[in-house]
Amino acid sequence: MSGYQLNGAVIAHDEEGYLTDIGQWTKDLASVIAKAENIDMNESHWEVVNFLRDYYEEYQIAPAVRILVKEMTKKYGKEKGDQKALYELFPYGPAKQACKIAGLPKPTGCV
Amino acid sequence: MAEATKFDPRQHVHGDPLDMPALCPGAMQASKPYPAAPNHNQALGFPGELAPDWKEKAIARLGELLESNRALRVYLDSCVKCGACTDKCHYFLGTGDPKNMPVARQDLLRKIYRRYFTLSGKLFPKLVGAEDLTKEVLDDWYSYFHQCSQCRRCSLYCPYGIDTAEISMAARDIMDTIGMGQKYSNEIIGKVFSIGNNLGLPPKALRNTLEGLEDDIEEETGVRVRLPVDEQGADILLVTPSADFFASPHMEGLIGYAKVLHESGVSWTLSTHASEAANFGMFIGSHENMQKIALRIRQAAQDLGVKRIVIGECGHAWRVAYSFLNTLAGPFEFLDPNYPVPQHICEFTYDLIQQGQLKFDKSKNDAFRLTFHDSCNVARASRMGDWAGGQFDIPRAILRAVCNHYFDMAPEVIREHTLCCGGGGGLLTDELMDLRAKGAMPRMRALQEAADEHGVTHMAAICAICKAQFSKVLPMYGFDREAIVSVHQMVSNAIVLTGSKPPEDQESGDE
Repeated sequence: MSGYQLNGAVIAHDEEGYLTDIGQWTKDLASVIAKAENIDMNESHWEVVNFLRDYYEEYQIAPAVRILVKEMTKKYGKEKGDQKALYELFPYGPAKQACKIAGLPKPTGCV
Repeated sequence: MAEATKFDPRQHVHGDPLDMPALCPGAMQASKPYPAAPNHNQALGFPGELAPDWKEKAIARLGELLESNRALRVYLDSCVKCGACTDKCHYFLGTGDPKNMPVARQDLLRKIYRRYFTLSGKLFPKLVGAEDLTKEVLDDWYSYFHQCSQCRRCSLYCPYGIDTAEISMAARDIMDTIGMGQKYSNEIIGKVFSIGNNLGLPPKALRNTLEGLEDDIEEETGVRVRLPVDEQGADILLVTPSADFFASPHMEGLIGYAKVLHESGVSWTLSTHASEAANFGMFIGSHENMQKIALRIRQAAQDLGVKRIVIGECGHAWRVAYSFLNTLAGPFEFLDPNYPVPQHICEFTYDLIQQGQLKFDKSKNDAFRLTFHDSCNVARASRMGDWAGGQFDIPRAILRAVCNHYFDMAPEVIREHTLCCGGGGGLLTDELMDLRAKGAMPRMRALQEAADEHGVTHMAAICAICKAQFSKVLPMYGFDREAIVSVHQMVSNAIVLTGSKPPEDQESGDE
């Protein structure tokens, strides 16, 4: 199984790039994962990642896309807070790709 | 995630959905899902990995299945190679790989059956197309039995009624039995056992999500519509796919169920124990796992003391519920016999519409020119209502009741002839995206035809897998990602709740 390179260390991930041990996540690692996903992290990306991590800490799961949209609307207004804007930030889908960068497990099921 | 061939969906969206493709032998040979980790397999009662004596075990397991499932033996015996099925599989239409012809897929198992379980195959294997079970054959199984979405379209055209889905379920059962499980399905089934649903959504998160939806509905309508969970003594237990608590447009459908149930005046509840309608035990052909999952619904119904069970929008869940629930988890003598056990949310809503109990403002859906995608397991493996074809008529009747602009796609690709979304049967996983994109091609072409002919803008569905798959593949084919909607999302848009704010107040969102 391969891993992300960070400061000379190798952080293991699964076949799809999700961290094997979510406890190894750091902000620096998030940037490395994002790079592997062809995403250049800006402030909005961090807002999403931070919200996902806070939500996960409380509920042990990533928030529903609708909850994420609501949160972003609160922060940025209606224009930047819809599903389309989230897909612009995370083209592979805000749920899966943003979770990967935030170091959280992949949402599974019919999603 | 290397793609087998370069495939640009936008180049393929125009054309006859059922066009015979050019043959590309071996095109999809390399397509296969990630293998399950040992702990995923073991949680389901399977060996962690491929055992040294896998071959003997596989043959023995096939023998057991032939004994316990007489239909399987008939399916393996009765094919006359007439060719009626060859161009009926959406994965064949999308990939051109001849091993995706249903007869070829069946033959992957049939040749092994002949070798070890028929006299002619034991004596003269070459004459009857019998073959030894080798690692190469097993690898072919893993690849091509994970290119069948168990949609049963081919079986509709087979003069003998051979059901390829049953054959692919048997093959997956054998592979699980020898420790060759598929990650996507097995990891998910494990989550149902440990957490209660496919998503891995714990009770606290479920409650928080539902409260958020109650707030949203109140803000929108001024009416406090409840989404109760674990409420003792409620009349109805609603069991719905956990994607309804997470993804879009699934969740917008859930809001629709809640509004309908609210207007009905019947008390209802969700359950944290049975917070999943899906049953991936069916996809992997494992009766034991399917039963274990189904029993959670019985347990929840008994614990909560409900009188009725209603199932949300989920295709294969409705097959398991409608066709198998009583065998797997029955009898349900403790439920009210005046209602179907179980009942589909569409049946529930349709009945209320028939009784004139729901009020709609259809103009709320005027931005939608709708069509309906029949989901395979609802279309070909179950029914709704008490008449033949009710599973086709009822969702359409609901859509027509809530929306002014409804158009069917071409007759040869709807109702019992419907095409799979391309992601069913345990294939809705990212590493199979190439297969999923290609398998969706026939449906995308049919949708394009409807868009060209009738100006159709949106497609409604009643299956969580279809909704997730279309959200992914629609943009690849040049459609809007949000062109896929839930049937009850359309209901939700149009329903006029008793005591709701007049339209002018709804705009401003206050009051």
